[in-house]
Amino acid sequence: MVERQTLFARIVPHVVLIIGVCIVAFPVYLALLASTYDAATVQNGRMTLLPGNQMIENYERIIFSGTNSTTREPVGTMLLNSFIMAMVIALGKISISLISAYAIVFFRFPFRMAAFWLIFVTLMLPVEVRIYPTYKIVADLQLLDTYTGLTLPLIASATATLLFRQFFMTVPEELVEASKIDGAGPYKFFKDTLLPLSVTTMAALFVIQFIYGWNQYLWPLLITTRDNMQTIVIGIKKMIVTSDALTEWQLAMATAVLALLPPVVVVVLMQKLFVKGLVETEK
Amino acid sequence: MASVVLEAVRKVYAGGVEAVKGLSLTIPNGSFTVLLGPSGCGKSTLLRMIAGLEEISGGTVTIGSKKVNDVEPSDRDIAMVFQNYALYPHMSVYDNMAYGLRNRGTAKEEIERRVAEAARMLAIEPYLQRKPRALSGGQRQRVAMGRAIVREPAAFLFDEPLSNLDAKLRVQMRLEIRKLHNRLKATSIFVTHDQVEAMTLADQVVVMNSGKIEQTGTPLEIYRRPASIFVATFIGSPAMNLFPGTIEAPGKVRLADGTSFAYDANVFDAKIGAKVEIGLRPEDAKAGTAVPGRPKLAWEVTEELGATRLLHGTLAGSSFVLAMPADIDTPAHEIALETTPGTIHIFDPESGRSLRRA
Repeated sequence: MVERQTLFARIVPHVVLIIGVCIVAFPVYLALLASTYDAATVQNGRMTLLPGNQMIENYERIIFSGTNSTTREPVGTMLLNSFIMAMVIALGKISISLISAYAIVFFRFPFRMAAFWLIFVTLMLPVEVRIYPTYKIVADLQLLDTYTGLTLPLIASATATLLFRQFFMTVPEELVEASKIDGAGPYKFFKDTLLPLSVTTMAALFVIQFIYGWNQYLWPLLITTRDNMQTIVIGIKKMIVTSDALTEWQLAMATAVLALLPPVVVVVLMQKLFVKGLVETEK
Repeated sequence: MASVVLEAVRKVYAGGVEAVKGLSLTIPNGSFTVLLGPSGCGKSTLLRMIAGLEEISGGTVTIGSKKVNDVEPSDRDIAMVFQNYALYPHMSVYDNMAYGLRNRGTAKEEIERRVAEAARMLAIEPYLQRKPRALSGGQRQRVAMGRAIVREPAAFLFDEPLSNLDAKLRVQMRLEIRKLHNRLKATSIFVTHDQVEAMTLADQVVVMNSGKIEQTGTPLEIYRRPASIFVATFIGSPAMNLFPGTIEAPGKVRLADGTSFAYDANVFDAKIGAKVEIGLRPEDAKAGTAVPGRPKLAWEVTEELGATRLLHGTLAGSSFVLAMPADIDTPAHEIALETTPGTIHIFDPESGRSLRRA
């Protein structure tokens, strides 16, 4: 801004932003608060806006032993399951789509466009749409309750392939030719030039896909039956019981807080690369 | 170092477009050859065929003593400098230059020696650890040349390497490329659409037009003895004046208005009564005394270029430009043109070829 701003003009935007942050952050804060009281206090609604004194007990119990009845596994296991699932999906998607985008952009082979459109069309077929056939295949392959079954059907990704394709198309033709003259074949060009140039795009995709994998609900719900294969999203759902038993809200909230952490860590760590990957134009 | 020989080389694209139409050319060992022509004339395609980046549809390309039609670009012993430099953006200047050598398994000490030497030659030593994006256009250009030099190739290929530079830098780099060539004496093939670059750099200029060679020769030959109307108008700025005429007698060609020019009948072979196209460069005529029968230029506009002044007007119904020294006062609106017979060019209007005796 060139013009000098009045004090008022500088304060108003901040006030608006602070109000916005409060609205977004309050439920999260409430969850955090609830996870620090004992069951009775939460249940009776006698919580204050200050943290209680049960924090360490609650978290210790939830991480290492789990709730009394509904989820019999400790949250530690769920976190690990979710983490493995999110990582495998994110990394799997990135590697598969890197390779397919490389083939589509840099090689001339018969039915290249057909292959591209096939990938493109799968955008219209998310897991929810093809859930029965996918389940059937996974079940027939004896992959229920395995990490493979949990992740493999979610790895194929049109979105990531498209993103890489768009990026690859901005790589100047001359760079490919210079590599050819420098004696770099397709594999070397991919490894020495394309991969280093794609780092920021890969980082951006990783953030998006990690969170996508972490938040999966429907698929893990179908595919996992054993307690020790549960993901944390399923775990939270199971903790909140609607009939007969008492929901241990303090534990459910502690689980929710724990479930929040890994995506937050990923976003915070990769923020810079993420933004660069989405906006960078100079190659 | 090697000569490059093209024999009946053709390039037909998948759509049936013939970009290069059966073209033969010898690029002598150590020469600096410039392929010159308007955009779309096939000069870049030809260069890319020599480099191995385009498939050869017909004919043979030989580098040194090896036929290279089916040889990979990296095995053709050539180095190429691209128009947009095509430096690897994520590698340092040093790595950019060393990459090709590493891929060929050159020893580390040898790579270091060659890169250091090329960097010294091109005065880019202080930037070796920088990334290309931290360099100016001229510096990037040098790195691109450095990358070619360290390969110590049989032939250097340049694909319009100066067109991305600003005018001042272009002049400077042009000189440096020529100096470099004088020092390395490496066979060089340089593609450009800029006639000044062609004239200043080349030992041999190859003027191309729609996939064929119009003329091959030294810059002066091309300028002084253009083989066709295309070459005559493409080389020289402002372009050569062209106007119709009829051969009246050996050594005398008549214009549309009845006036005539004298030409050298020992040089041009034209039948009496033949319709011809007369060529005269703007700087080859001067204002003379009015003699009956001498062509008169009626000029309308002048352009001051500092050292010269251009007079635009008509001569016997055709538009005509006359270049005259700027320190002479602009004469009256009609100028009698004085020429010497040696400066008049005679072309066949049908074929566009020069009627110069072989």
